[in-house]
Amino acid sequence: MFHIFCPHCGEYREEEEFHAKGEAHIARPLDPDACSDEEWGEFLYFRKNPRGIHHELWVHAAGCRKFFNITRNTQTYEILEVYKLGETPSVVAE
Amino acid sequence: MSQKNRLQDGGRIDRSKPLTFTFNDESYQGYAGDTLASALIANGVDVIGRSFKYSRPRGFVAAGAEEPNAVVQLGATEATQIPNVRATQQSLYQGLVAASTNGWPSVETDLMGLVGKIGGKMMPPGFYYKTFMFPQSMWPTYESYIRKAAGLGRASKEKDVDIYDKMNQHTDVLVVGAGPAGLMAALSAAQGGARVIIADEQSEFGGSLLSSKETIDGKPAMEWVAQVVAELNEFDDVLMLPNSQVNGYHDHNFLTIQQHCTDQFADRAPNGAVAQRLHRVRAKWVVLATGAHERPLVFGNNDVPGCMQASAVSTYINRFGVVPGNELVLMTSNDGAYQTAIDWHDAGRHVVAIVDARKNPQGSLIDAARERGISIMVGSGLIEVQGSKRVTGVSVAPLNESGDKVTGAVAKLKADTVASSGGWSPVIHLSCHTGARPVWDDEVIGFLPGPTVQKQLTAGAINGAFTTQAALSQGIQAAADALASLGLEVTDLSLPKTEEVIQDKAMALFHIPHNKPTSKAPKQFVDYQNDVTAAGIELACREGFESIEHVKRYTAMGFGTDQGKLGNINGMAIAAKALQKSIPETGTTIFRPNYTPVTFGAIAGRDCGELFDPKRFTAMHAWHVEQGAKFEDVGQWKRPWYFPKGNETMQEALNRECLATRESVGILDASTLGKIDIQGKDAREFLGRVYTNAWAKLAVGKCRYGLMCGEDGMVFDDGVTSCLGENHFLMTTTTGGAAHVLEWLELYHQTEWPEMEVYFTSVTDHWSTMTISGPNSRKLLEKLTDDDVSKDYFAYMDWKQMTVAGVPARVFRISFTGELSFEINVQANYGMHVWKALFESGEEFNLTPYGTETMHILRAEKGFIIAGQDTDGSVHPFDLGMPWAVAMKKPFSFIGKRGMQREDCVRADRKQLVGLKTVDPTVVLPEGAQGVFDPNAPIPMPMVGHVTSSYWSACLGRSIAMGFVKGGHDKMGEKVFYPLVDGRVVEAEICQPIFLDPKGERQHV
Repeated sequence: MFHIFCPHCGEYREEEEFHAKGEAHIARPLDPDACSDEEWGEFLYFRKNPRGIHHELWVHAAGCRKFFNITRNTQTYEILEVYKLGETPSVVAE
Repeated sequence: MSQKNRLQDGGRIDRSKPLTFTFNDESYQGYAGDTLASALIANGVDVIGRSFKYSRPRGFVAAGAEEPNAVVQLGATEATQIPNVRATQQSLYQGLVAASTNGWPSVETDLMGLVGKIGGKMMPPGFYYKTFMFPQSMWPTYESYIRKAAGLGRASKEKDVDIYDKMNQHTDVLVVGAGPAGLMAALSAAQGGARVIIADEQSEFGGSLLSSKETIDGKPAMEWVAQVVAELNEFDDVLMLPNSQVNGYHDHNFLTIQQHCTDQFADRAPNGAVAQRLHRVRAKWVVLATGAHERPLVFGNNDVPGCMQASAVSTYINRFGVVPGNELVLMTSNDGAYQTAIDWHDAGRHVVAIVDARKNPQGSLIDAARERGISIMVGSGLIEVQGSKRVTGVSVAPLNESGDKVTGAVAKLKADTVASSGGWSPVIHLSCHTGARPVWDDEVIGFLPGPTVQKQLTAGAINGAFTTQAALSQGIQAAADALASLGLEVTDLSLPKTEEVIQDKAMALFHIPHNKPTSKAPKQFVDYQNDVTAAGIELACREGFESIEHVKRYTAMGFGTDQGKLGNINGMAIAAKALQKSIPETGTTIFRPNYTPVTFGAIAGRDCGELFDPKRFTAMHAWHVEQGAKFEDVGQWKRPWYFPKGNETMQEALNRECLATRESVGILDASTLGKIDIQGKDAREFLGRVYTNAWAKLAVGKCRYGLMCGEDGMVFDDGVTSCLGENHFLMTTTTGGAAHVLEWLELYHQTEWPEMEVYFTSVTDHWSTMTISGPNSRKLLEKLTDDDVSKDYFAYMDWKQMTVAGVPARVFRISFTGELSFEINVQANYGMHVWKALFESGEEFNLTPYGTETMHILRAEKGFIIAGQDTDGSVHPFDLGMPWAVAMKKPFSFIGKRGMQREDCVRADRKQLVGLKTVDPTVVLPEGAQGVFDPNAPIPMPMVGHVTSSYWSACLGRSIAMGFVKGGHDKMGEKVFYPLVDGRVVEAEICQPIFLDPKGERQHV
């Protein structure tokens, strides 16, 4: 069970307080109506599934209700950093 | 029966406290301080169970967690049954009742044993796959047979009477194991100021020292242990947990410890006491000082009762004052095991011989054995044991230098006990739980913990440091490393001194050869619990299983509650040899949690019965209970389902509730509907983006129904949102969807549109909501308020702030029944007051309470959908026939707009929501029934959609239903058929899903 540092609360909390929301940095197209079906499908359904470093969106659901990002190693389950929305991760896959 | 194997004195048992216990219906006596195993051995009980596959008699092999055979069923009553208890880990108490889990009709005369005798060839490895795979339909039969035969124990048929508990712990250092390394680490860490938890599976701290004759600083080792325990006791921040098995090591240094609080001394916990407690520990550092398990050697018939680990024999003698036999043969590949022969001799029993595979071993213990006149047969191997329910003799033969061939004549010796040692395997199980791959070490002749990302340190025998001196030193070092990382000061602890022991090099021996080939030799067991033999592993390798993981699954080696504690390394060595690879090349399988079986009670803790799940009640709950309401669970809410009167059946109650509402007035407790308060200057624009319809022009005082879709265009929630002020809205959601909707709004606000000024707060619990519905609802409301509720002043889809029954209320003229309706919202504290006031005033109108079921019928008569019942995540608003709820021309491309215009979403033959009228009006379709256009089509019939809502409508005097039909919107008046499980085929006509008052005249009065 993960021990997650909420960057908004400034504390480590148990995984039970959080919800994982999938891959981070999936931006909604600014003009959805201009997207082809293929482009919209890409946005809707296609996600990375890397072995290793992965950026994920989480929410402190039973806490401050704020969203933030986690850089996590999917192989070792290490959380390498947490960072707020709009920030860029400092740990990235090679 | 007398304790014939008990010594007159010695051991850590209290001979002044005799305890009576029962095993397999026989009564025995032991002493306080005994384990169930030591007490049974004291009483001369040899056979503890029958083996899994061959049903061979099995006895005690070990004295700790690694015991593969002595797995018993515990419990004096049905309610206190515990399966899978290791007799070697169970403290004895007065009145303990245990039974073998294996063996039918009894362990002494076992019918399955016949299968074992004749069935060796019938049950090769992979016998599940070879025998039980086909036909598949027989699998349930096979499974029950295997389960019974496998002796996995059984759960209680009655409710567990004991209390279990969970506790969350945070600590700087968790020390696993309280042997010399663990105690030293805990003491050093505590003295450095760290918060420490130290846990050990045994009832007493000391680990290997509990059964050792060593000295520390010139005193008996246990005196040193007592002193350390006393010192640890002085620290406020040290938690000592004996009888506590650290069972799982999970991510981010989260470990679970099962503490046996009372079940070590009583069948049932004394009133109010907690029987077992699960500690959920988050540790900054973990020190694994888990020690090592002695590896028995693999030889012919090595499973006959009387064959034991050498160290277990010493433990029984030194710790429990029990000698498990009279005539001992010791088989060893190392010096350490000589201690067992010395202990045996010193206990006054006869050592027949020490058989050492090495040619010329030299060392202090060997000298000590020689001094006692014990005969030592060097360069030899014990190739086979004689006996069935107890060892009667052994065969010994000279071996070659590498220990893989018999080189001379076989000699026979008489003996009743065989102790064997192939060296020690570090207990690396916990270190593997988080995915670390163990690393082979040639010096240690064993696997060591692999590199890990956890904050984990190791000390003592787990590192292959098998001497007490090395364990103590590594304990100090581990604590120092943890303290340094925690920023705490390292105090200099003097290292306690032990006697120096000179030991010769051990030989890497796992499998003693027989003079016959392995496949023809008597069975040489590797994994006792799963009956895996050396021949079986060789066969698996011959049959092409080259990966150790495949060998494991094919042979079942390391399966079950044993998890390969005793046999895995031997098995890997044998597989490696058969594959002509080295052990590191062959690799190891991974050990998984839990280390030993954990009771469901400990896992559940208090989260059972009433406390299993939180329950939510509305402010009027007590009234509903008083009225005899039947409840249904909606999420965590307890909602009234219907209110039966007298002996009414459910249908009779529903009929009455529906008619009363449509004819006069009914009332629903709608407090559970999700309510989200939305404020901010961009609130209106935000609503326009998350709902499919238009919100720009909704005036203050007005309400509007909205559909919420995902980006795929599929409906996931609906509800009415009211404009409370220019920048203030109240959104209602489905009862079960409230939390999800709030998170959805926050997601879009925080990730996509953070520039918008809008705030969301859940106010579900702040308001009590009661909906009065029916032609007399206005008259009823008028009795309780002086405010104007007339048609002209208070129009449909308006809301008003008013005073109802003397308290401030928000009243919404919205309707989910199609009747004239008022939804009265008051502060939750006033809920019961207003509810009761309504009933006082409502008597003259026969005000009738109704529950969720009548609500469902009334809304279905009007064709109103329920998100989650009439939608399933694959339908968009057009499928639902609700194009009026979608504003395609809104300037912002709202959530769902693009999704619902994808190619697949605009097909003409999509499944569309329609009304269904059965041709026979008395037949109510089952919800979920699948429709077909041609009931005579060959099977599999093409299915065209399912029934989503179906009820008996008392108001219409017929059944009504809604459901999906392919292209249904263009099939009005056509027929669809529902073939049911019972063979009936129900014919229904497709219609508009509005069965009552299609023009909406009733709600607009």
